[in-house]
Amino acid sequence: MTPPLLRLHQLVAGWQQPATAPLDLSLEAGEIVGLTGPNGVGKSTILAAIAGRAKAFSGQIERRPQIRISLQTQEVPPMLGLPLSGQELLALTGASPQGLPPWLADKLDQRLDRLSGGQRHYLALWAVLDAPAELILLDEPTNNLDRAGVQHLVGHLRERAASGCAILVVSHDAAFVQATCDRTLALEAVDA
Amino acid sequence: MPDFDLFLLPFLTGLLFAITLPILGCYLRLRNEWLAALAYPHAAAAGALAAHFFALPPTLGGLALAALAGAGKRLERLKGDAAYALILLAGWAAGILITSNQPLAERLGHALFDGQLYFAERTQFITALLASLLALALLYRLSSRLLLAQLYPDFFRMRGLAAWPIHLGFDLLAALLLALATMIIGVMASFALVFIPPWLAARRAGTWRNGLWIASSFAGLAYALAFFVALYFDQAFGAIFALSLILLGFVVA
Repeated sequence: MTPPLLRLHQLVAGWQQPATAPLDLSLEAGEIVGLTGPNGVGKSTILAAIAGRAKAFSGQIERRPQIRISLQTQEVPPMLGLPLSGQELLALTGASPQGLPPWLADKLDQRLDRLSGGQRHYLALWAVLDAPAELILLDEPTNNLDRAGVQHLVGHLRERAASGCAILVVSHDAAFVQATCDRTLALEAVDA
Repeated sequence: MPDFDLFLLPFLTGLLFAITLPILGCYLRLRNEWLAALAYPHAAAAGALAAHFFALPPTLGGLALAALAGAGKRLERLKGDAAYALILLAGWAAGILITSNQPLAERLGHALFDGQLYFAERTQFITALLASLLALALLYRLSSRLLLAQLYPDFFRMRGLAAWPIHLGFDLLAALLLALATMIIGVMASFALVFIPPWLAARRAGTWRNGLWIASSFAGLAYALAFFVALYFDQAFGAIFALSLILLGFVVA
């Protein structure tokens, strides 16, 4: 039997000190799981710990060996003042422009800092989302996106999952989580 | 009328740096490390003066101290924006102390800051040629990784790849190339080449590749103009070059 792509066993994560309640999670290929919960319960910290940015204070993180992980954080890549086109950005991560929404596809030759905030955010997200990877971690991907952007994102996440990719999404956008995820896990506060 | 044939090798030697340093500058600007353009030349100048003090070859001393500064910048305690300011101040202070305690070093100190391009000979030309070719090849190879490391700093760790060889390699390349340029064209001309053309490219270019072309070709043209003006009117090359870059920069920007 093939092990899951990602398994968390009683994981307690944090930066300087433990910041999350113990979490069990198993993520299979082709599955989209949503992490929800109020602000401050450590949703982003869990993603950061899986990606190796934050510390796992106790419990275990088991990843299937050799898998490639893509991580989208809430920090916007520093693109202002940089003469870099959308085409060049996608080439850096190995993402394909195919499948981009029409309102973005014809702007790939433009400098990123001359696009609108929403367009820039979606391209930066796409560069992570469409990069070759087996596991994708997304932290509040709908921030700065309008309705058309969110709608397109939902469709593309479903396509990525159908191609065998496992996706873990942190979002406070309940409608987006409901439309996208196969199941959701609600994180509890540490002192709950 | 100056004998232009006599100045062909100095012209070509400087032209190599005029083409290569702006490209290095684009990557320094990308990393918000433009202060390196002042820090490494100061370290190189201090190293050259220290070597002169101990009767060793100045070029070797300059390259060694700049490389040490480049590698030392990766120490945990020196990480961050302050590193270049510390290197700059240390290099400047050491240079001042050596020149004030060793009268013979004073002339070398002036030569390092003002440049000694007109005295470049075959050895300097070949060194500059090899260094420029190596730097361009390395930057071409490192380009996408340097951009990735800046835009998506987690990318390498999540793919199980080490990012430190990229950063260390770039730091050493920047330190050595700037040190070599300092020995030939001087501290301020090197700084001007690393700062002004990339600033212009960042304003004007539509793509990264286009930016590299703009920075390099703009600097090459400004250099050629400044070289002939300085030679024809018998003026200090470094000052004429910096003014040419500033004036042309204002026009183009």
